[in-house]
Amino acid sequence: MFETNPFSALFDTISPTVMQAFVLSMIALVVAGTLFDLAHKKSARYFFENARRNRGTRTIGTAEKVSLVLKTALVDWLAAGEFCNSQRRIAHLLTMYGFLAYIVATVAMVFGHPETADDTPVIWPLLWHLGALLVFIGGCWFWLLQRVDVAAEGRSRFRVVRADLFILALLANVTAALIWSYLLSDGRGGWSNIALGLYLTSAMILFGSVPWSKFSHMFYKPAAAFQKRVEDANGSRANLPLPVDAPATLGSARTPPANY
Amino acid sequence: MPTFVYMTRCDGCGYCVDICPSDIMHIDETYRRAFNIEPNMCWECYSCVKACPQNAIDVRGYADFAPLGHSVRTLREEEKGTISWKLKFRDGREKSFVSPIRTTPWGSIRPPGDYESPSPDGLRTQELAHEPEALHVDRLPTLTKDKLKRGVL
Repeated sequence: MFETNPFSALFDTISPTVMQAFVLSMIALVVAGTLFDLAHKKSARYFFENARRNRGTRTIGTAEKVSLVLKTALVDWLAAGEFCNSQRRIAHLLTMYGFLAYIVATVAMVFGHPETADDTPVIWPLLWHLGALLVFIGGCWFWLLQRVDVAAEGRSRFRVVRADLFILALLANVTAALIWSYLLSDGRGGWSNIALGLYLTSAMILFGSVPWSKFSHMFYKPAAAFQKRVEDANGSRANLPLPVDAPATLGSARTPPANY
Repeated sequence: MPTFVYMTRCDGCGYCVDICPSDIMHIDETYRRAFNIEPNMCWECYSCVKACPQNAIDVRGYADFAPLGHSVRTLREEEKGTISWKLKFRDGREKSFVSPIRTTPWGSIRPPGDYESPSPDGLRTQELAHEPEALHVDRLPTLTKDKLKRGVL
């Protein structure tokens, strides 16, 4: 199962061109949804107005800006450095890297090796399954145990709100993908078609619901992290006081709240 | 001065939800970020502002004493044991203050759970549980009938 390209089973019935067009249409939906979201919520305007308000007392040179971009990419994006809660950070990293691996492997298998299963290097199906598993583990850990409305507000862990649209669509997609791959490897054609239907439907919901879901946070958050670093560097610090240079005499490490 | 949240800074960790004594900081159902559900009920304790690890919460002053354009920001550095304040007035003036979070070492104050449970007889006294020893005094002044002015009783 883990070493087989699941899309190769479809090539007999569905033309590779149709499958490639489906993947491209999903990418187009994400781009269009994000642009609509940007225009509708005026996010870009907010970012630029915020940057104008917080110009600070010193000008940042090009080299420093490049360094800030690198720090944002390495610390805030690739290592999810903004999370103060280590468990949330790990769950986020599992989901993020799993999703990236899953998407890259999907594109590689659909576009790079559309003829037969034998043509596909083992690395792609392995990456696809591993990515789906990581998303499943990280997503379930977050959705069932770490949501603040569950952990701090005492809500039922099965209560669903609009903010859950992204994570639930993602979980449904990877779960359906794994079940579909398992049923294919087990030779159960009828059941695998049902799983395939669920896989495609959940993909359309995941990529088509960008304006209503939290999907675009993966583009906004790095931009917000970069702006935060720029504000710290140019001296405005969003009007925050400067850190104290006093010696740590009566300090302590921050402890996460545990009142519930 | 009700609080509000910069949604681009908030990461939805829930520290403010946990600490708010009015239980008015909640998680938004659309974006999963914190927000103040009832600004009128905010008693300006600044607990959420200080607890926020992302410095994503700010306080909006009422217009009658804090004209538009001002800013009051605070930074809690628990590892240094300090709270810093920066006030920016709309005419450009700025004032900064630094205060210690506490004046005694961490762990030097016994939490209530470390004390023995008070006896039911304590209900008949005017003292609170573990007084006067918890206050480090021999005895507390007690109001007795003979100290009251004639006519009160």
